[in-house]
Amino acid sequence: MRPRGFLLGEPKEGEFDSYGEVGSLACGDIIKVWIKVDKETDKIKDFKWQTWGCATAIASASAFAEMIMKNDGMKVEEAMNIKPKDIADYLGGLPARKFHCSILADKAFKKAVENYRNKK
Amino acid sequence: MDKRVKKAMELYWTENFGNPNALYKEGLIARNAVETAREDIAKILGARAKEIIFTNGGTESDNLAIFGVVHAMTGGVRKLTSLRTDEEGNPTEAKFPNSSLSSVSRPHIITTKFEHHAVLNSCKRLEKEGFEVTYLDVGKEGVVNPKDVAKALKPETILVSIMYANNEIGTVQPIREIAKAVRDFKKKNGAVFPYFHTDACQAPGYLDINVERLGVDLMTINGSKIYGPKGIGLLYAKNGIKLEPLLYGGEQERKLRPGTENVPAIAGLAEALKIADQDREKESTRLVKLRDYFIGRLLGEIPKTVLNGHPIQRLPNNINVSILDAEGESIVLYLDEAGVACSTGSACTSESLEPSHVILAIGKPHAYAHGAMRFSLGRSTTKKDIDYVMEVLPDIIKKLRMFSPVNIKI
Repeated sequence: MRPRGFLLGEPKEGEFDSYGEVGSLACGDIIKVWIKVDKETDKIKDFKWQTWGCATAIASASAFAEMIMKNDGMKVEEAMNIKPKDIADYLGGLPARKFHCSILADKAFKKAVENYRNKK
Repeated sequence: MDKRVKKAMELYWTENFGNPNALYKEGLIARNAVETAREDIAKILGARAKEIIFTNGGTESDNLAIFGVVHAMTGGVRKLTSLRTDEEGNPTEAKFPNSSLSSVSRPHIITTKFEHHAVLNSCKRLEKEGFEVTYLDVGKEGVVNPKDVAKALKPETILVSIMYANNEIGTVQPIREIAKAVRDFKKKNGAVFPYFHTDACQAPGYLDINVERLGVDLMTINGSKIYGPKGIGLLYAKNGIKLEPLLYGGEQERKLRPGTENVPAIAGLAEALKIADQDREKESTRLVKLRDYFIGRLLGEIPKTVLNGHPIQRLPNNINVSILDAEGESIVLYLDEAGVACSTGSACTSESLEPSHVILAIGKPHAYAHGAMRFSLGRSTTKKDIDYVMEVLPDIIKKLRMFSPVNIKI
């Protein structure tokens, strides 16, 4: 019950390289993620999230942030390979009906990376 | 469950465990328990003993009221006739040769948009079978307007089913006025139909449940909402109303509900109703004060919090608020960790991912529905408990809003 790696308020100018968002108020979950990437090493230097959603969505975002930022940040390629199931496993398993919530963090991240690649 | 209820039930587990349908001594003791309970309950409802049908709970009673009336009226003929075709092979209109409404082509049911799913999904099922259903709006405050009921009535209407108090937002419906609208319509048309059913599961602890005064034809009550046992309920069906059973078997409950009676639960339900009846006024007065105190503090101390449902025309024990920018389920889990049990939407749907149909029915957007929180007060709730919630809740909301990307404008 102690979420980690979230962003307080709005990001500062230049704090991140890219941003991804999925979900809607109607479906009951919104998740936004921000990434900062080291151009030399293609490693993720910073990953932050914000979530309006159920406990699973919050836990998944928090777990995803931990997984990525372990050992000073994962390479973008490597992080792109994290599957929703890996997030669920990291959390010690999720009930089947809540599995889709773990997809949100992963989806938002992929959008952020896509935006980052397009920018370059 | 109330300890007094448990005590009333204890007699019938191991000591007197006879089958009430048997002729030996133990059976007679059990039969006596069932019939005494029925009489006691009938007295509280202002009904006759034979008008009380025991079921396994509110959902079954609602189903029995709706399908029972509909199937008794249509007699199963509908399906057969609708299979008939004219010379060109088109299905002909269904008729009801065996019913008093033989001229009616498409029976009609009136209910509301925010009924319990036991009623709502029964009506949806009947729609699939070809019945017409009107789902009445409940307005911004969650109270049905009897004039809307009157307007929706037509010669084809066979049943009106409107809940007494909503299970999520606690708003109390003008049942007497609705019953009068139905009665006036019947008088004007010299008709037997429609019958008026109300799901009164939330009512016995706080509201008048005398069927004569309410003017209802059918009424659902269950045990678990009144500190009684789970798995027991009843349907009041006014003398003369024809019902078709949902289940087929023995001749228990006037052939309307076969199966050996759940003797301990029936004794428990009677005891729970007696206690609810005795304590109604005192407990309502106490809880109204607590409720209004709690609502005042919630709206006053947590910014962007709105009350769902009418502020006064609601159950004394119900508080339902939407706390914007924070999501309901997360609030529930944080509160649970702090030792406070509450729910989003209704307890029945907390497993479902759909936002509350009740909050949507009072015209609030999805974002409000996802943040809707229901707090129920009970016999053991004190001001101290509410003060404790107000100690922990603002911090939980602050925390959730801290990492929420949403900022809804009120």
